[in-house]
Amino acid sequence: MNEFLGNRRAIATLVGPALLIYTAVMLVPVFWTAGYSFTSGNAITGYHFVGLANFRQLLADPSVGTALWFTVRYGVVLTIGQVAAGYLLALFYVFVLRQASALVRTLIFFPIVLPTVAVALMFQNLFSIAPVNGPVNSLLNAVGYHSVDWFGSAGNAFWIIIIMDIWRSMGFYAVLLYTGLLDIPETTIEAARIDGATGLRLVRHIVLPLSFPVLLSAVIFSINGTLKVFDSILALTNGGPGSATTPLTLYMFNTSFSYGEYGYGATIALLLTVICLVVTVALYRWSRTGTPEAAQ
Amino acid sequence: MTAVTTQRQVDDRGRTGRFPTAGPVRSRALTKLTRRLPGRLLTLVLLIAVIYPLVWLFLGSLKSQSDYLNSPSYSLPAHWMWGNYKDAWVTGNLGTYIRNSVTAVLPALALVILLGSAAGFALQVMKWRLSRTVMLLFLAGIMVPSQMILLPLFTIYFQAGLTGSLWPLIITYTATGLPLTVFMLATYFRAVPREVIESAAIDGAGIFRVFFSIALPMVRNAILTVALVQFFFMWNDLLVALTFTNSNNLRTVQVGLLNFTGEFGSIQYGPLFAAICITVFGTLVLFVALNRQVMKGLTGGAVKG
Repeated sequence: MNEFLGNRRAIATLVGPALLIYTAVMLVPVFWTAGYSFTSGNAITGYHFVGLANFRQLLADPSVGTALWFTVRYGVVLTIGQVAAGYLLALFYVFVLRQASALVRTLIFFPIVLPTVAVALMFQNLFSIAPVNGPVNSLLNAVGYHSVDWFGSAGNAFWIIIIMDIWRSMGFYAVLLYTGLLDIPETTIEAARIDGATGLRLVRHIVLPLSFPVLLSAVIFSINGTLKVFDSILALTNGGPGSATTPLTLYMFNTSFSYGEYGYGATIALLLTVICLVVTVALYRWSRTGTPEAAQ
Repeated sequence: MTAVTTQRQVDDRGRTGRFPTAGPVRSRALTKLTRRLPGRLLTLVLLIAVIYPLVWLFLGSLKSQSDYLNSPSYSLPAHWMWGNYKDAWVTGNLGTYIRNSVTAVLPALALVILLGSAAGFALQVMKWRLSRTVMLLFLAGIMVPSQMILLPLFTIYFQAGLTGSLWPLIITYTATGLPLTVFMLATYFRAVPREVIESAAIDGAGIFRVFFSIALPMVRNAILTVALVQFFFMWNDLLVALTFTNSNNLRTVQVGLLNFTGEFGSIQYGPLFAAICITVFGTLVLFVALNRQVMKGLTGGAVKG
């Protein structure tokens, strides 16, 4: 049997094509990009070696600081927002709607599959002020407030992005966390109820600790996603006003393709990748120490 | 059955504990109603928050330009302008964009599933020394942001003369889709019983026969799930498509939508909304048909990734 499952030629045939494409199109370009970060120029003008100049520029570039600060705020606020919204929804499904929740779960889930660009264009018009008030401003007018230029200030634009992302993802996180809540044994909850734990106390002392592992994976997934955010922000605010809502991903894209600075773009991409690596490893280690049984 | 009845009893006991005066049937029905009311209301609010924007979008897609600009946002269209859809499709080139997306996504999807399941099978079922290392290599790819590979790929495709076709998209989607596909399918192949494979081998089936005729059919639900996940990733991608589609007639749906206003000179809200509606309701149809698999796949990918 070992001979049958250890057939080298068969293994090479099965794994080879995938590994080849993956290596050629992902692994090699990763190191290639790292090489570009020591050069200046682009695909049309050619490249020349500039040593560490790009890295010096990176350290002194105020746009990098702005982009990093935006990414941090966006990552923290959105992760808390969407995981909390998803968790509350999941609790709502399990304890209030119970068996009746299937349809509601499906309906609230579906925005996650919609094309990001379409959703972003929709939100642009939902919150628009000119040439015509969108539904949100109309509603504000109806209750006696003035229209707000939602994309005109950095603070407002940031919150519209957050609202849009929570609208898209809360149903997704709800289903993710709901399956985790279902894994909690019914008998445990009944026992706690009989002992007099109800409502918030039940959630705080019984449900929350028991759903910690699945909450953790939701947080990890969310943070990974927020670091790579690109489509929704490009389509919704295009990084504006100014560069107030520009994450590193978009800054890299603009530097490379709008200004043709591939060398410096590669350096920004390298910074982004290093951040992703550090955060992933940190989260992985944290999740191992956080849940001893998961380390098995 | 017993579980249900005990739960009832506990519920009732809890309720009478909290409302000591609740005795007669009528007031009990009333408490039941008031207990359920907040839940019902919250459900309603949630559904409105999710569905109303789409209804508004649909109504907007049927309004004329002046109707959209001059009447309140919640009003119904003065005339139902179904022609907006034709404008979006023809003048707005949405038909071309959809054809491009299909041409790029379907071959990439087929390749990802074929190569990914073969690799997942070899990594999970077959026995070789480097399998763990290769698996880790694929896993590392899940973490790498696409920005890290775009610049060299641009150079490669440019040198290879592939710019000006949809090949860069097909190749890039295939490669970036592989890590998660390999990983997810490998975990699913774990569920294929060893005995089945062993008995097939004893009966004289070759390893490829085992893979195609036994292992693949056994994980076909998983393959559908993974294919749906990858489909949504590829179909909704903007970054890769924006980087490698340099001419108007190569644009995918997402890039086309982003530049949609440019086609008309100024923003034509009716056709724009019609275009958004077509893309949104297209995905919706797929979701309605296969929502269980989609939900299972997307959340499964999150837990594993």
